[in-house]
Amino acid sequence: MTKQEIEKKVELIREISGCDPYKCMKCGKCSGSCPAFNEMDVKPHQFASYIINGDIESLVNSKSLWKCLTCLACIERCPRNVQPGKLIDAARQLVERERGGDYLQAEDIPALLDEDVPQQLLVSAYRRYRR
Amino acid sequence: MKYSYYPGCTLKNKAQDLDMYARRAAVALGFELEEIPEWQCCGGVYPMGSDEIATKLSSVRALNYAKEHGQDLITLCSACHHVLKRVNDDMKNVADISDRANNYMGLDEPYKGETTVVHFLEVLRDRIGFDEIAKKVVNPLTGKKIGAYYGCLVLRPGKILEFDDPEDPKIMEDFIRALGAEPVIYPYRNECCGAYSSLKEGGVSQERTKLIFDSSEGFGADMLITACPLCMYNLNKSEADSKVPVYYFTELLAEALGVKEGNS
Repeated sequence: MTKQEIEKKVELIREISGCDPYKCMKCGKCSGSCPAFNEMDVKPHQFASYIINGDIESLVNSKSLWKCLTCLACIERCPRNVQPGKLIDAARQLVERERGGDYLQAEDIPALLDEDVPQQLLVSAYRRYRR
Repeated sequence: MKYSYYPGCTLKNKAQDLDMYARRAAVALGFELEEIPEWQCCGGVYPMGSDEIATKLSSVRALNYAKEHGQDLITLCSACHHVLKRVNDDMKNVADISDRANNYMGLDEPYKGETTVVHFLEVLRDRIGFDEIAKKVVNPLTGKKIGAYYGCLVLRPGKILEFDDPEDPKIMEDFIRALGAEPVIYPYRNECCGAYSSLKEGGVSQERTKLIFDSSEGFGADMLITACPLCMYNLNKSEADSKVPVYYFTELLAEALGVKEGNS
C-alpha cells in the first residue's frame, strides 16, 4: 500500500466507525471482556494502535475481522468511547466492500446446516461474513 | 392495549414456540399482538457502519408501519429487538442516516423515530407489571431454580437499548419471581454464547456455552431461560457436562398462566 492508500483507508475506517482511535488509553478492558480474545491474532486493545500507526495491511489481513462476535461488550465497557468493536467492524467492511472479500460463500452453506439451525444464525452470518 | 407485533423470521420457523407461547400469554394478560403484515427480516445483526443505509430499511418499514397505525411496536426475538431499537434510535438521533433513509423511502411524511419499540419482557414489566402477572399465575413454578440467560443483544449498548442495567440486569429475575420460581444469579448470564460463529466454527460456541452452563449450574440453576433463538441453538448444541434444560421465557410464562396447551 502506498502512503496515500494507507491514509485513505485510515480515513475510511474513522468515517465508517465514527470512532476516534486516538482516544484509546490502552486500559485493556476490551480485551479483558472479549469472548473471542483467544481466537484473535490482533487483540481488541491493539486495534486503535494499528490504525494510528497506519498498519492497515496487517489489520485488514488479520483473523480478528472474522472472529468478532458482535457481542458489544467492548463497546459497552470502553471508558473512552473508542469502541474497538466498531473499529474492527469498519476494517471488515473495507475488505467486504471489495470484490472477493467475503468470508462465507453461499455454496458452502448446505454442508454447514443441521436441521436445527435457526434462520437468525444464517442471516446473522450472512450479514457479518459477506457483502 | 393493541401493539404492532414484529415476530421476525426465526419465530416463523425454528423458534415457533417462542412466538406461540407469547401469543397465548398475551391473550391471558389482556393485550393484543397485531402482526405487521409483510414485515421483512431485520438482518439479524445491526449494521454498525455509519454509512450503512440499505441494510436498515427493512426495520424502517416496520417502524413506520407502527407509526402509521398509532401503535407501539413489540418485539420478542433478541436480535430483532436489538436491530429495530437501534435503527429507530438512528432515525431519531442520527441526522445523516435518517435523511438518507428517508430520501430512499420517499414516504409522504418522513419517519423520524416516532415509534416506541418495546420488548415483550418490557411490556410485562412496565405495562402489565410483574405484580399483576403474579396475581394471574395459576400454576406457580414453586421450587424451580431458574437462571436467566440474557446474552448480549437485549442489553448492549445500554444507553440505546435502555432495557436494564447491562452489567447487572434484573428484569428476567423479577420475571422468574413473578412466576413463583427462584431466580439464580450467576456471572455468565450476560456473556456471549458464541453467536453466529457456530455456523462455521463451532469451537468458540462450545467454549462459551460450557462456561455458561458451568457457571449457572455452579450457582444452583436447574434450568435456564432465554429470549434469543440463536442462544437457544448454541446452548442446545453444547457438549458441556453440566447442561441443564433451556426454555424460552414465554413457555414458562404460558405454563404459569395455565395457557400452555392453548385453551385460550
